[in-house]
Amino acid sequence: MKYIDEFRDPVLAKTLASAIEAEASPDRIYRFMEFCGGHTHAIARYGVEDLLPERIKMIHGPGCPVCVLPVSRVDTAVALATQNDVILCTYADLMRVPGSKYDSLLKARARGADIRMVYSVTDALNIARSNPDRQVVFFAIGFETTTPPTAVALKIAAAEGLANFSVHCNHVLTPAAMRAILGGHENGKAAEVVLDGFVGPAHVSAVIGTAPYHEFTRDYAKPVVIAGFEPLDVMQSVLQLVRQVNEGRAEVENEYTRAVTPKGNQKAIALMDKVFEIRDSFQWRGLGAVPDSALQIRPHLAAFDAEKRFALELPVPRENKACACGEILRGEKSPTDCKIFGDPCTPENPLGACMVSSEGACAAHWTYGRFREAQKAEALA
Amino acid sequence: MSRKPALQGSRPLDLKKGHVDLSHGAGGRAMAQLIETLFFEHFSNDILNREHDAALFSLPAGRVVMSTDTFVVTPLFFPGGNIGSLSVHGTVNDLAMAGGVPKYLTAGFILEEGFPLADLVMIVSAMAEAAREAGVAIVSGDTKVVERGKGDGVFINTAGVGVVPDGVTIDGSKACPGDVILVNGTLGDHGVAVMSKRENLSFTTEILSDSQSLNGLVADMLDAVPGIHVLRDPTRGGLAATLNEIAQQSGVGIELDEAAIPISPAVKSACELLGLDPLYVANEGKLIAICPADQAKNLLAAMQAHPKGQQAAIIGQVLEDSRCFVRMKTGLGGTRMVDWMAGEQLPRIC
Amino acid sequence: MCLAIPAKIVALRDDGLADIELDGVIKEVSLELVDGVGPGDYVIVHVGYALAKLDPAEAARTLKLFAETGQAA
Repeated sequence: MKYIDEFRDPVLAKTLASAIEAEASPDRIYRFMEFCGGHTHAIARYGVEDLLPERIKMIHGPGCPVCVLPVSRVDTAVALATQNDVILCTYADLMRVPGSKYDSLLKARARGADIRMVYSVTDALNIARSNPDRQVVFFAIGFETTTPPTAVALKIAAAEGLANFSVHCNHVLTPAAMRAILGGHENGKAAEVVLDGFVGPAHVSAVIGTAPYHEFTRDYAKPVVIAGFEPLDVMQSVLQLVRQVNEGRAEVENEYTRAVTPKGNQKAIALMDKVFEIRDSFQWRGLGAVPDSALQIRPHLAAFDAEKRFALELPVPRENKACACGEILRGEKSPTDCKIFGDPCTPENPLGACMVSSEGACAAHWTYGRFREAQKAEALA
Repeated sequence: MSRKPALQGSRPLDLKKGHVDLSHGAGGRAMAQLIETLFFEHFSNDILNREHDAALFSLPAGRVVMSTDTFVVTPLFFPGGNIGSLSVHGTVNDLAMAGGVPKYLTAGFILEEGFPLADLVMIVSAMAEAAREAGVAIVSGDTKVVERGKGDGVFINTAGVGVVPDGVTIDGSKACPGDVILVNGTLGDHGVAVMSKRENLSFTTEILSDSQSLNGLVADMLDAVPGIHVLRDPTRGGLAATLNEIAQQSGVGIELDEAAIPISPAVKSACELLGLDPLYVANEGKLIAICPADQAKNLLAAMQAHPKGQQAAIIGQVLEDSRCFVRMKTGLGGTRMVDWMAGEQLPRIC
Repeated sequence: MCLAIPAKIVALRDDGLADIELDGVIKEVSLELVDGVGPGDYVIVHVGYALAKLDPAEAARTLKLFAETGQAA
């Protein structure tokens, strides 16, 4: 696979690993957060952490839009689906996310709700066209990578007058999330976050460009290196972060130049701006209420806004008190610090956001990290 | 076969344009006509032709192995096969994985009212062909019809019996540290072929399901290495599920070598596009073999010499590990866990 | 929501759609979000939409950077 296999070359991986080992100062720990779920997945899938020295710690960030969707929004999805005649279309990632009382879209489907997994929002439009007598709701989630396709769909629906189609918008914004992590405000309390830099998201950046990250280097003095998705991209970015930290720099660097430009995808940005506006505040699982962090559909497209079309009264959701997702998402705690990690919270029975998606810090640790810990324990024994 | 006196005079079944209706399952003339025209015609063999409800036969001496499986695949027709051929391959393979020589199969059909007879003909003739190729006979069967909306076109159950030769003991609990793990060819083909026909994933590919009977291959393998410890076919849940099962049953750990696992480029690409891990994708014509290390070379040679094992490879080894972890050395030189998935793998967008 | 993959455009279709190909697997995607791409170009594809054109010169430069980084170490 061209432009993929070359970036997974094991020989180059070794040489990058040696370079990182040589340049990472032996006197300190480096803590880098990979913001994006795709990077968490790549690191786990290839065992990149085995190639990095112990003194470099990769902290899994909240860049998994499934993980940060609050319980109340999941409850809304379930409620929408169980209303008569609504066909709820969603990306597969959302199916197993637990809402209140451990209910989920998968369980709702088992009870008879018409919930359909789609690969693309285009599929949802097609379902609406083929079922003119049914309401079709597309449950839209994702960061800025996934938002432009939803914008296209709304534009098409408006042009066609596809009256039975609507979108429930849960799109969230990357810079706001990063700000929340670094600013560390949960319900008004500032929290301590010790991070030395960010591995910046690959495809969010392909859309928004590199400019939005300058506020972090400027205001928080943390370097950001935008990295591609392949393991060599991640390793090169770690090396560049190490160098920045060593040299006392805090700059935005772009490793993923083959897909990311400083201005990003202007066409996509313009379309998103036409279709969406920023919400004053949005509730994030684990981060609390974050201002200016999410999108809603603009008034001129209100006809396709599921939040306006369907009046839903939902009970106030309860999140599990023992769940440490908030601290884990901020990088303050590791999965094993959580009292319910592994028992009863497992990928099979996820109680919180971090265990739900395979990119979630806890799910990734359950799948890959347990083994590594066991190995370390053996090595010490 | 001459027509029964009772059926003479009745209108022949329209196998080209007709549909299954409730009378075909009611036990009367219509059902008899369906069975005679379709099932007996294609499955014809001495035992079946006696037309008893139960098949009477003797088995060669040895331990008897028996297995059953029900097939509900959607779509019914996929590149490289259909639910019919799959239903024969699946049960034949289950018997072969126990080291058994498969002999006789039964076939039970649950047909949905309205199902096109032309499709049923294709399915049944595929079953007959699969049975012939595997050297087994379908000796008894059953037909039921359910109302429209209460079935998915057709569900098929097959059960099979076979005989395990003396000296062969194959069991999921027999994997030992030091053993070598082999596979007979590329992984992920069936799952991807089936998915390519599912509406909401639409992609075009020339990947064919690998659905095939493996008893011939297994016979050659046991000839070469009678002391094989474990055989299993990685169907639902893929290689990952099967190896985790075996690791648990045997109380051992497993280490795989990612670079050694045969996966076709098209399957790799399809999985990348859909966000799937090929290790968890179903196979219907593949087996995992675990044997002592000193026999691995012989076994590999025997597999590669057989048409259904030409791409056979050694993919890993069994280790001491009380936690029964299945781990894999990645192409990059790192290590990852190959965990036992809770439910079905869903395409990833994240 | 970032899983995206570089794939080659092999044919343009009506309505702003195109066929992309990845090692023999062909999928239809929308080109609504990109301009000036055609058969032979590689695009980054996410949930059925092309998001960006891949720059082959930059790809080559990045690979060279990996190789040189290794040597300098």
